[in-house]
Order: sequence, then structure tokens, then C-alpha cells
Amino acid sequence: MKLLCLSNQPSKPCFVLYFKGVTLMLDCALDIAQILSYLPVPVVARSRLNKLAHWLLATEKFGKQGEELSHELRECGNRVFVDGVLEFATPELGMVDMAQVDAILISSCTNMLALPYITEYTGFKGVVYATEPTMQMARQFMTELATYVERCPRTRVCNMWKSEEILRSLPMPVRDAVNPSTWKKCYSMHDIAGCLSKVQCVGFNEKRGIFGALKVTALSSGYCIGSSNWVIHSEYEKVCYVAGTSTLTTHPKPIDQVPLKNSDIMILCCLTQTPLTNPDSMIGEFCVNAAVTIKNGGNVLVPCYPLGVTFDLFECLSGHLDSCGLSTVPMYFVSPVCDSTLAYSNIFAEWLSHVKQSKVYLPEPPFPHAELVSLGRLRHYANIHDGLQNDFKTPCIVFAGHPSLRLGDVIHFIDLWGKSPTNTIIFTEPDFPYLEALGPFQPLQMRVCYCPIDTSLSFAQANKLVKELRPTQLVVSETYLLPPAGMPQRTDLVVEWDPPPMTYKRGEILTLPVKRKFENIEITPELASTLDPVEVKPGAAITMLTGSLVVKDNKYTLEPLRKRGKGIKIESDGSIVQPKSYIWGTLNIKMFVDSLTEQGITDIKVEESGDGSIIHLPNDDTLIQIESGSTHIMCGGDETVRIKLRDTLLKCLQKL
Amino acid sequence: MSEITVTPLGAGQDVGRSCILVSIGGKNIMFDCGMHMGFNDERRFPDFSYITKEGRLTEHLDCVIISHFHLDHCGALPYMSEMVGYDGPIYMTHPTKAICPILLEDYRKITVERKGEQNFFTSEMIKTCMKKVKAVNLHEVIQVDDELEIKPYYAGHVLGAAMFHIQVGRQSLVYTGDYNMTPDRHLGSAWIDKCRPDLLISESTYATTIRDSKRCRERDFLKKVHDCVERGGKVLIPVFALGRAQELCILLETYWDRMNLKVPIYFSLGLTEKANHYYKLFITWTSQKIKNTFVQRNMFEFKHIKPFDRAFIDNPGPMVVFATPGMLHAGLSLQIFKKWAPNENNMVIMPGYCVAGTIGHKILNGARRLEMENKQVLEVKLKVEYMSFSAHADAKGIMQLISWCEPRSVLLVHGEAAKMEFLKRKIQQEFGIECYMPANGETVCIQTQHNIPVDVSLKLLKREASAAGLPDPKTPRMLHGALVMRGNKLQLIEPRQALMDLGLAEHHLRFTSTLYVEEEGPPSKVAENIYQLVKSKCKDQPTQYSSDGSISVSDVLISVSGEDDDKTKSVLVSWSHQDEVLGSFLLNLVNTELTTATE
Repeated sequence: MKLLCLSNQPSKPCFVLYFKGVTLMLDCALDIAQILSYLPVPVVARSRLNKLAHWLLATEKFGKQGEELSHELRECGNRVFVDGVLEFATPELGMVDMAQVDAILISSCTNMLALPYITEYTGFKGVVYATEPTMQMARQFMTELATYVERCPRTRVCNMWKSEEILRSLPMPVRDAVNPSTWKKCYSMHDIAGCLSKVQCVGFNEKRGIFGALKVTALSSGYCIGSSNWVIHSEYEKVCYVAGTSTLTTHPKPIDQVPLKNSDIMILCCLTQTPLTNPDSMIGEFCVNAAVTIKNGGNVLVPCYPLGVTFDLFECLSGHLDSCGLSTVPMYFVSPVCDSTLAYSNIFAEWLSHVKQSKVYLPEPPFPHAELVSLGRLRHYANIHDGLQNDFKTPCIVFAGHPSLRLGDVIHFIDLWGKSPTNTIIFTEPDFPYLEALGPFQPLQMRVCYCPIDTSLSFAQANKLVKELRPTQLVVSETYLLPPAGMPQRTDLVVEWDPPPMTYKRGEILTLPVKRKFENIEITPELASTLDPVEVKPGAAITMLTGSLVVKDNKYTLEPLRKRGKGIKIESDGSIVQPKSYIWGTLNIKMFVDSLTEQGITDIKVEESGDGSIIHLPNDDTLIQIESGSTHIMCGGDETVRIKLRDTLLKCLQKL
Repeated sequence: MSEITVTPLGAGQDVGRSCILVSIGGKNIMFDCGMHMGFNDERRFPDFSYITKEGRLTEHLDCVIISHFHLDHCGALPYMSEMVGYDGPIYMTHPTKAICPILLEDYRKITVERKGEQNFFTSEMIKTCMKKVKAVNLHEVIQVDDELEIKPYYAGHVLGAAMFHIQVGRQSLVYTGDYNMTPDRHLGSAWIDKCRPDLLISESTYATTIRDSKRCRERDFLKKVHDCVERGGKVLIPVFALGRAQELCILLETYWDRMNLKVPIYFSLGLTEKANHYYKLFITWTSQKIKNTFVQRNMFEFKHIKPFDRAFIDNPGPMVVFATPGMLHAGLSLQIFKKWAPNENNMVIMPGYCVAGTIGHKILNGARRLEMENKQVLEVKLKVEYMSFSAHADAKGIMQLISWCEPRSVLLVHGEAAKMEFLKRKIQQEFGIECYMPANGETVCIQTQHNIPVDVSLKLLKREASAAGLPDPKTPRMLHGALVMRGNKLQLIEPRQALMDLGLAEHHLRFTSTLYVEEEGPPSKVAENIYQLVKSKCKDQPTQYSSDGSISVSDVLISVSGEDDDKTKSVLVSWSHQDEVLGSFLLNLVNTELTTATE
């Protein structure tokens, strides 16, 4: 069993697992934070961003070449950003022949954003398994991303900055880009449709066979709607892939732990990206910051994804505003897919927490945002030109994408509100370092709050979970064995398990310690009825068995011997040669001699020799050499004598 | 050899009161627990005393499974669980769990409040009963206990209807409940994978019907409604609140839109609005088309269809009214029917199956004079139309489902005996499998035979595989091993390993026979002769002639010794007991083919 790691970021996983002749890809996430190297794509033409200066130092540093390079880069506060077509960091696909991948298992909608690159642009011909909400929500994620990119197209493709020697001497954040030469342009709507048509929807706890060799099962992981951990098992081995798991109570169905127990291998990824903060207190802080800003007459901007934790924010914030007497403050939700995500969130009751689920029995929508929408407290728009101006009232709270601040309508609101310190921007998405995200917008007078809400497993929760699940071998990212960067004293923020976990990193191939010993085989009733087991010990019986082996769909069946087949010998009379038999036990010399006498052999001479005996039958010119575990009959060419001796001997021994 | 036994308590050669008891692999399961609409006495519920004469059912049943929310499939559930007594798990899908208590409450109200019956289940009982329900998702495999597994599949028919696959060890069966094999305006069609169960228990409502295309029936329906309202007549469509009603609403709504009609359409109040709300929340259970468009437009928000008020019954002028219940056996639909029946301009369209004994059934059979409760006689002058909209699989559909899941036998329920008989013959002819159709209370015993699973050592399996070269699916290979049984564990391993594991000392038995051959010249010449002989006779044995003058044929050793000038040479044939057949054969070969000398 082998495991390949194709991703640089443990929270944006992509693995390939080889097991029993099957090749499985586990997730294919996009390392979305890499787009921070780019200049934001403004939604209105007169944005300040279009007026930023080109990077002038380029000519000084790189001479003639630098002149061209300076057109690719713009400068803002000692940082440079690429002013060209946005490209995304895909997993390291060069390491695998995608045509050999039989299936891709998806754990959550956030971990499948690189899927169109695989299904549409490689030789991949397998199937993709995901739950229905994962598929639908991923469609919204992908559509949002593609809409943002298509809506305000850039034409200049920038490649010069990517060359190794230039990249190394560029300022931050561009210098930190990982393998930019492999980055790819955003996929189109057409790609998304093609990609999702290859997804086969599975339910939780549904057992799907892969070529009869393996079974894969998705189990609720509690992280977002439809998110799942996967159990990959053969008849004898079990591998658990635990990604994007949450043991907190939010809106999704809680984690289903029991089937994950006692695995041979457990692959763990997607632990919290903000180990120093607690999501519950951050939600509280978020609500307080928002309410204070509103009370002071300012506006609140929340860069967010169109689903997931955003739904919890609607719920908590509206509740908090009610308790502060601010119920009349409008909330605006701006995303090209907001009407879909809001509508979908209310039809996936089966995939939600028990409290939300039981609402549909009343029947009421499971999420309170349905009511907020009908009351007009939460208004949603596809973009800022979608009638927002007519309804727009301040002070207000705006939820808008994209949380990277490189795409989407959020850029417009930063331009609009950035100059006033009464306004607040609150970051909740843990995917992006907020200071990096704000880089191109500096100087900014707006108040900045950082309340990252990451509901994924914390290190303490992960260690507790591992202890409960007791895997034989744990496999984690090498970064999980060391304290977070810059905090060497926080040795509590690591994963611990005995035996020590194996570690992976991008581009590495791990050989996992699973030794297969047994396989399942079925014996047909016809063959079984011919068997005659002998009880050789109390509770243990044995019989020799010979049959023809039929292999179909990786399933083995033993049938009664057929006349034609490999390794089957036919006697001259057409009957099948019965295979070997086995004799066991120690020969009792006296009993043997007595039996020989009964057979009419009278002249028997027994001689003790060493640890055995020699029996001499002078009349038949025969010597029988007997030791504790063996007998050697030496005789002339007369078969009748030999067969008589053989049969007498066999009667004195046990035969199978 | 093990068996599955099936006993229908209801729906055996009958429609209504579905309740089928199954015993499989030592587990007892009740499929559906319905009521019969044709009866008002104790016959309306299944006879649970069959299971036990006294005491509760809990210890006699491992689980109860409800396929969908129609009362003939769940109407007796509170009676069974609360009045007879059952505390074990009850499984149904989420929409069924949501809608079933509402229909039960409605049913209870009609029975107790209208008809004044005593000793019926109460609202409280419905609630406690529903607390025992575990909701399941499609395709989710639920482990009821260590051995019993159930898995629901989509069945179409009504919102949340499911078929159930049951597995205990190697034995399995599928219970279809009611299903339809053609997608309609709001539901998809049933689907099941090739699960090859030992038994398929299928409904057979339309066992002999092969329905024409859905589109024709729809056009027919719309034309009849349109003609009637154009003449100023009133159209009554008795429906059940959920299911067909929504499909017909979508149909009329789009038609009214297209034809720009102004005639009012009413839907009897109460359940309906709530019902439509359920459809909105459970949109994942509807058809693909509705799912794809629900964000832009939810099909269950109707423009032309308005709530009905009792006062509208006597309104003049044309109108279309959907009223519950669907078989005209009680409630508003019956009330309206009584008012409108004497006018020949009016029309009643029965869009579904009617159980024997109901007024719906009587008028469909041409009755024009009906005796009502208080000896009054009702003249039926209005037009009576029957449109088969009820979403059941027809004969073709049932055959299709059988070919999909490839059962080893079929058992028919939920249909009329004569029609079942026809379908049974057809199944036996076409698939060559056994088909049963037990009556209520009659037990069918089905023998099942299965392969025995064994753990085979991978070493053994791989060695046999490599010995025989590349795998070839057409020629099976031979596998030889020792089957070791310890407790419940069966292992197939290498024979020597097995003997060692069990602490059995193998006894090696060897034979060496000496022959004398009359032959001059060097022994190598004799050896060469024997070698050629063996090669020609045993072509498929690996034969080797080594330099020291000995010949090995497979594991049998032949060596020739003697001086060049001796007249006879001695030939030693030596083999172990395991090569007895070959060794004995070679010895005889040398003995007969060469001139042997007695000493």
C-alpha cells in the first residue's frame, strides 16, 4: 500500500492511494491562498487599484529584462502584486498518470475546487464519489469563482515573474509563491458542468464497491453540509481518511465516529488553521464588533464564502442584533450564487444537525435565514449592479465575496468604505492571512478586526479523536508534529500518537505498513457437500480441498473440479487425477506387524536401529525402514506386494 | 440450506392493509402496517394476534419498516405500537416521517369525531409512536443489529416512498412497497441496483395493465376537464392530500396558464398548503426537472389554485375542486359528491385506485343508485371518469424491476388474485424463477442456498495464480489447500502450514521399487531408452535427464545402475506417497515396455 501526497498545504489536501491494485485519489483541493500574489480585480473601472504604480525597481534590478517585468507587477506599500490573468495553484498532478486513477473520493465541497482541472484536462476516466450536498455546494463554489473571473476579464498573461531567478529576488508576497509555473487559469462554466457530470452521488453509510476489490463508505464528518470522512476497506484491512472534521455542534450533521474505529491506517489532514483561537469566542467577538460599529454609525463589511460558516454568522448575528435593539439594521448578502446557496441550504434537511432537521417536520425551513429573507432583514444580490443601489441603506452589514479580497464585490466596498475609521472590516475566513489580503489596499483607515472562525479539529480535539479511534498507524502532515511557526514553546499544538505517526509532504511517496495475509473466497455448496472434515483436536477440524478457482469481478469462488482447466490432470480413462493426500502420525510398529500378519505375511523380522526400526520381509525381498516421521518401503518390481504393504501401512496412520 | 418465510397479514391477494411478516436468518421483520379502507370493523387492521396471542410484539419483531405514508401502508402503526404494544425500532424515510403523523391524525379525526368511534388510537399515541421512528436516507446502510442490515432505494410513487433491501448474513430480500417505473411531473422513477436478492416482494396493483403513454393520459384528462367547465359543469377530483394531488395541480396550473382560463380551481383547505410546503422542503425527493429549476421557480407555489371553502359547494357556475379523501369514502369529497351527483352536467374524475367497498369503487363499477347510511338513495347522474394516474408500476414496470435486481424468486402482494395469477405465469416463463402469491395468513417458505465464505491465505492464492501463468477467465485453475475449521472460522491455507499449525506431524512415506532390465551396454543407454519412453508417454510431466544418469519425472526419480558388461541393469524407481499415481504408473511402464528379467 502506497500513499502519494500532491499538495503543499495540509488544509487543502490531495492524495493518491494505491491499495489492492486500485488507485484512489483522495480530495483535490485548490491552494486558494496563492492568489494573494495577484492584484485585486476591481468591479468598477475607476478603482484606485488600476492607478497603482508599476514596480519601478525592476529595471534597476534586472536591466533590460526588468523593463518588461515592471509591466507585470504593480507596487503598493513596499509590496508587489502581479497585474495579470489570475491563475490558481493546482495539486502536483505531474506525479501521477491520471488515466490510472480509478476513483476520486471527495470529503467536502471546499476540497474539490481543483476537480475540473483533473476531469476536463487530464486523461482521467474514472468516477468521482461525493455526497449530493457536497456536489451541489461545490457547484456553487466553482460557479462563484468562475463568475468573478469571467465578469471582469484581464487579458494580460504574466509569466516572466515566474522564472526561478527573478522570483527569488522579488519582494513579498510574490516571492512566496509555490511553483507558479504550474499554475493554471480559472476553469469555465462549461468545465464545471462537464466536471460535475462525472460525480456520482453517494449517501452517508452507503457502501460502494470499487471493482469488487474495495468498498468505500462516506461518513458524516460534521464540518459542513454533506462533508464526509471516508472508510476504504477490503475484507481484512481498513483505511480511514479523516479530513475536514469538526466535533463542534454547528449546523451540519454531527460526526459519525464509530465506523472509523480500529483502522489499520488513518490519514489525518485539515486540522485547524488557527490553532490559537477558539471558534466559539470568535463568533461572539464577531457579533460584538459588528454591533459596536453599527451603534457608532459605521458600516460592517464581512468578506466571506457564499456558504458554510456564513450561514452560522447570519444566525448568530441576527440574534445578537435583536438583543441590542438593532433588528432594523439591514444585512446584505452579495454573491453571484447567493440565491442558490440560500435555497439549497433549506432542502438538505437530512444532512443537518438534529435540531435543524426536526424543523422540517413542522414544516419550517431548517435555517433561520429563510425567515430573515422573507422579513426583508437579509437581502441578497448577485452583484452590486443587481438592484442593490435602490435598496441600499446605511448603516448596514454587507457579506460579500471573495474572502481573498482579490476577486468579487467585496473590493468595491473596501474602496467605498476604506477611508473612514467608523467602518469596520471583519475577517472570519481562516484560509487567508488577513494582513496579506489587505496588502494592496493600504493605506486603509477602516477599522480591521480579525475573528477567524475555523470549526475544524483543534490539536486537542484531534488527539482526543485519535485516542478514541485507535488506529494501528496514523499518517499526518509533517507540519502537525511541530509547534506552529513562530511559537516553538506551544508544544501542546502537535499531534501525538504511539506508534509515532508517519508523515507526508508534497511530492513524497509513503509505503504504508499494511501486509495483506488473507483474501475472501467462496466455496459452492456442491463442493462443500463433498468435503469430509476430520476433527483432529477438540474444536479444530481439517480437510484437504481441491477445486477449480473461478475469478469474477475480483471475487474468488471455488467450484467442484471441472474437466478442463489449467493445472488439472486427466487420467487415461478420462477421470480427473485427484490431487495429493497427506499422511500424519507416528507408526506403531507392533500394530503394523500385527496387521501384516493378518494379511498373511508371516516371515517378519524387526530390528531396532537408532531412533527407528527396520522390518525385513525376506520372502518378498522387501525392507521397510521406519523412523518417527517417515517410512521407506524398498521392494522389488512386484506391485501386488507393494500395494498390500502400502494399504496395511495407511490403515495404521491417519490420512487426509 | 436455510430459508426465508413470508406471511402476509394484509395485502395478500388484496389491495389495502399492507402488512407482511418476514422471517430471514432468524430475524423477524414487519413490512408496512396499514389499514383497509373497505372495512369499518376490526378487519380494517391486520390481525396481530397471529404474531402472539397475548403480550407485546416487541420480543417477536426485530424491526418494522414503513415504505411510504399512504394509510394503507401506515394506518395501523399507532394501533400496533401503542395499543398492541411494540417498542422496537420503526424505520421510514424523512418525508414519510414528516407526513405520516399528519395523515394519521386526519384519519383519527374522521374516524373518532365524525363517526364517533370509541376505542381508537389517540393523538397522544400517534406522538409516542412517532418517537419510535428512526428516519433513514436513501442508499444509507443501516445496521439494525450486528447481523441485520437495511438499505432504502428510491421508489417514486409518492414523496419519500422507498423500497428496502434487507440483508442477514448471506440471505437478502427486497420489499418494494408501492413504486412506479416511469417518472411523472413531480417524482422520479424507482431505481435499484443489481443486488440479486433471494426474494423480491413486489406490489402488483397493475399486474395486467400496460399503460399507454403518460402524455396521452394527461391530454385526455385536460380535455375532459376543459370540456366540462366549458359547458358550465363542475369537476370534482377526489384525491389524497399528498401525492397525485400535487402532480395534477402542476398539470392544471400549467394548462390554465397556457390556455388563459379563468375558471376557478380550488383545493380543499387544511392539509394542502402544509403539503405543498413539505414538497418545497423535500425537493431532493422530487424529479430531476423540479430539482434543477427550484432555485428560479418552485413548482409547488401555485398561482391559479386557491383554497376551498365549504360555502363554495353551492356556488353557481363552473369550477374545479380537488377534495380529500380520494376514494369518496368519507370527508369533504363525499360531501361535495352528494351535492353534485344529481346534475348530469357535472363530472367526477377518479384519478386513482379505489378499494372494494368504497363509494369510489361502486361508481367506477357503474352503480347509478347508491344507498347511503340513513337509507337514503342517491341518484348518480354526473359523469364518472376514471383516469389511471396512480403511480404504480404496470406489468412492464414490474418485469423491468425484476430484470434490474435479478432476484432468485419473486413474491407478489398488493394486487388482486386473478391478475396476480397472470403475472405470476409471466414471471415464471420469462425469468424461469419461482413466483409466489400467498393469501392473507398463508405462509410461504423459500429455500435459499449460498456459497460458504472462507478466508484463503493470500500466499496460497498467489502461488496457485502464478503457477498457472496469466489469468484466463475462460479456463478455471485448480486450487488445492487445507480447509481448517476452528470455531466459526474457516481458513483455506497451504496443507503443510495447516498440519504445522495444528501440531500434526506429517508422516513421509516413500517407495523404492527395483526392476532388472535385460540390456547390454552402458547403463546410460538404458537410461536414454527409459527417458525417451517416458517423454513419449507422459507429455505433460516435466521430465529431466540429468548428467549422473538419473531421470526425474515430476517428483519421481528413476535411476539405472550396473556395470557396462553386465547383462542386466537394475532400475530403481523411487517416489513419495503423494506421487503414488505417477510413480506406480512409471513403474508399470518400465515393467511392461522393457524386457525385464527375473533375478
